Amino acid sequence: MDIYVCVRRVPDTSEVEIEIDRSGRALEEDDFSWDINEWDAYAVEAAVQLKERLGARVTALTVGDEDDEEVLRRALAMGCDQARLLSDDVFAGADSWVTARILAAAMAEPRPDLVLCGAVSADQGRGQVGGFLAGLLDLPLVALATDLQVEEGSARVRHEVSGGVEHLVDLRLPAVVTVQTGLNEPRYVSIRGIRKVAGVEIPVLGAADLGLDPAELQPRVVTEELFPPPQGGGAEILTGSGEEQVERLVELLHEHGGLV
Amino acid sequence: MPAIEISPAAHRILQLPASLLQALLLLAAGAAFLWILRRRLQLLRAASPQPRLDRPGRRLLRLLVIGFGQARQPRYRLAGGLHILIFAGFLILSVRSLGLIGEAFAPGFADFGPAYAASKDWVELLVLAACATAACRRLLLRPARYHDRHATESHAREALLILGLISTLMVADAVYDGSGLGLRGETGGWREPLATLAAGLLGGSETTLLRAHLAGFWVHNATLLLFLCLLPLGKHFHVLTALPNVFFSKLEPSGAVKPPSYREADFDSLESVGVGRLEDFGWKHLLDAYTCTDCGRCSDHCPAYAAGTPLSPRMISLKMRAAAYAHYPVFGPVVPPAERPALVGETIGEGELWSCTTCGACEEACPVTIEYIDKVVDMRRRLVDEGRLPATLQKPMAALEKRGNPFGKTARQRGRWAEPDGEEEPLLPALDPGEAADVLFFTDSAVAFDPRLQRTAAAFARLLRAAGVEAGHLGRDEVDSGHEARRFGEEGLFLALREQNRAALAERRFARVVTTDPHAMNALRHDYGLERPVLHHSQLLAELAADGRLSFSPLADRRTYAFHDPCYLGRHNGQYEAPRRLLAAIPGLRTVEMERCRNRSFCCGGGSLYLFNEVECERRMGEIRLEQAVAAGAQVVVTACPFCLINLEDAVKTSGREGEIEILDLAELAARAAGLATPAAASGG
Ligand code: SF4
Ligand code: SF4
Repeated sequence: MDIYVCVRRVPDTSEVEIEIDRSGRALEEDDFSWDINEWDAYAVEAAVQLKERLGARVTALTVGDEDDEEVLRRALAMGCDQARLLSDDVFAGADSWVTARILAAAMAEPRPDLVLCGAVSADQGRGQVGGFLAGLLDLPLVALATDLQVEEGSARVRHEVSGGVEHLVDLRLPAVVTVQTGLNEPRYVSIRGIRKVAGVEIPVLGAADLGLDPAELQPRVVTEELFPPPQGGGAEILTGSGEEQVERLVELLHEHGGLV
Repeated sequence: MPAIEISPAAHRILQLPASLLQALLLLAAGAAFLWILRRRLQLLRAASPQPRLDRPGRRLLRLLVIGFGQARQPRYRLAGGLHILIFAGFLILSVRSLGLIGEAFAPGFADFGPAYAASKDWVELLVLAACATAACRRLLLRPARYHDRHATESHAREALLILGLISTLMVADAVYDGSGLGLRGETGGWREPLATLAAGLLGGSETTLLRAHLAGFWVHNATLLLFLCLLPLGKHFHVLTALPNVFFSKLEPSGAVKPPSYREADFDSLESVGVGRLEDFGWKHLLDAYTCTDCGRCSDHCPAYAAGTPLSPRMISLKMRAAAYAHYPVFGPVVPPAERPALVGETIGEGELWSCTTCGACEEACPVTIEYIDKVVDMRRRLVDEGRLPATLQKPMAALEKRGNPFGKTARQRGRWAEPDGEEEPLLPALDPGEAADVLFFTDSAVAFDPRLQRTAAAFARLLRAAGVEAGHLGRDEVDSGHEARRFGEEGLFLALREQNRAALAERRFARVVTTDPHAMNALRHDYGLERPVLHHSQLLAELAADGRLSFSPLADRRTYAFHDPCYLGRHNGQYEAPRRLLAAIPGLRTVEMERCRNRSFCCGGGSLYLFNEVECERRMGEIRLEQAVAAGAQVVVTACPFCLINLEDAVKTSGREGEIEILDLAELAARAAGLATPAAASGG
């Protein structure tokens, strides 16, 4: 069985004072630390567990530059068999659509039996790549999986639909599944684990290697401007002693119909 | 001279000459004993290397004090006292027992003169009494210590069997001796009370006396040999292994954890790390398991056991021993590792391993110096290597890797504690590379980032300034000491953090390092091997007070203060006095000691990564500790560790004692007494 997992390196913006850089289209990255997208870690864990149970070859893919190799190493340390860094100057500015095209091209040989992606990425939060990928590969898609059982040639997937309802779907492989956090418990990767795979060669594939025509890689979505949301009215910071604050809070809740 | 030959050597038993019978018994027992022992040693030989032959002088001293001197027994008055009696009896009577074996070959061999005869008779009487008392304790009083919550089987039967065998030896010898007296027409009187008693009970017929004499003799000799063969089958193996175990005990400070390997210094080139199966343990750690007496003192002192977590340190030893005996059976082949239940994860559960705070109370209590921290850390190393780190610890661990602290704060924020609002210049300067100061203040992550703890650092900085100490900190170049990362088994991460801190330290000049965090102090001393002195702030403050550079005035309140000994300051680094000297330097301060103080201090839950660690428990350790403080009559608990402060303050809130009891860091108390308190630090109480 051939399993592909698509991963992405995202910044951790917690605890950072967010600033927009001079271009006005990106964030000041100085204080960011980077790691594998949380959802993707669950996808990798799912793939590795399938490999351990059923036997499979797991390939991790990412679109990016040499800095992004780090997340492929992490995927290898978790147990993926091989990794491909899809990198080319013409990939710069790739949107979800272009990213999906590049990934799909990298899955031409061997053809996948199962493609696993994180449901969304923590930075953009669009959740589109998995869907585009299924379309491009002409494969069935189950999004937002919360449980995944695979047997020879078929899968049973539990997934969220709106309103907290869950569906149970049986489908024949090959297929694309995007996973939710909580699907499993991703294993910890120790520093030693990362070092052990430091020597594993990760092939870098560009547009030419993937048979992609740069002209077809024009992003359809372009960031024009990045700005903090405008401050709305209505926020109020209560001051005074604890008791005074509570009194005022109760008053406000009454006024606005929060307490009946 | 008696009319008949009374030495057993002169009497045939079952047609066999005494010497032949004794030789056969010796041979059979010796063969059985050696056969079992060979199996026990086979595992030790298969184990990992552990260098325990260095510093023989210090080892002999430990053997004398803790082994022969039984120095750790008196912590439990009755049980310890009984054990000292039985042990002394054992030493004195082993001479007698060997004498009786020799007696079968040479008449008169067991005769060591009247003085020995008298003393051994008294000792036998005492040992009999001790055995009876111990049996009563087991049967009637049943101290909780002997019944581990997590135990699946009771060892009471074995204990009673051994007590029975010892008593049999005593009674048999008394019968032998008493009948001897009768046969020789002597009386022992008060010199030999037990033998005299036996003689009195046996009456005057010569045939009866001779029969009793021979029976006593052979029952004694056979029981002795049976006893020998039973020892390596159960918990009384300690009779043989305890003294060697003390001799080979760990001489390094208890705060220093063992390296992942003694063979290979380069961590990255190790084939496997930590302990995953029995043979991965060092041989001494397996000898520990053979030696455990199942006395339960470790678990009796263990905060994790008291809090109802899955951990009971004694069970680790007992389960290791059960596994050792099962996988290296007396008969039959060694069970290959693949066919055993997993040692780590099944036999010893992950929950047990993550519950240990490495406080060291167990090791301090164990009468035969059994180690736990190194074993726990080694098993955690394997879990981490296999990716089995509890989910709640993954984020802080990743944050340590990416940002150098478990809270995920940015380096930019690290030195901010020194610039509180409203201060014109920093309380303490951040040293740039190349700069010098007399004292370097290593804050470590929690103190640098936690708002409550930042106040302790600020109080300490104010004291340093008031005393005119030239000090500075590493600012944004400091990263976490890695103390807990190492103890949670993430050695690679610890090494990376240490490298960064070592580089930052090497770029600055300073004569001494000081820290308010005993864990950081322990790391810098034992894990970093820093060449300059590393002080705890209690030491520096006590020194400044003694030199008159800090002076304190009486506090306005009339409350009672108790000092809580942090594990890594007290037990692991032996510093009990400096904090108490500092408290004594504050005029009129009323202090009390908790029952569990100094080396018996009760861990309040552990720090750093432990703040993120969610183990199942019935109660929080901090709450138990707080109750102990209340029981001692304390209204203020003074700590000298950031995590004690956090844990105890949490306990104040969760047990609804706000306003009743206050928790303070030593530096905050000193700052108050020196009139340096900030409004924030002075509030509360
Ligand atoms: S070190 Fe402390 S927590 Fe760990 S087993 Fe020993 S007593 Fe219990
Ligand atoms: S480890 Fe030590 S203290 Fe604990 S039960 Fe065994 S002998 Fe007793």
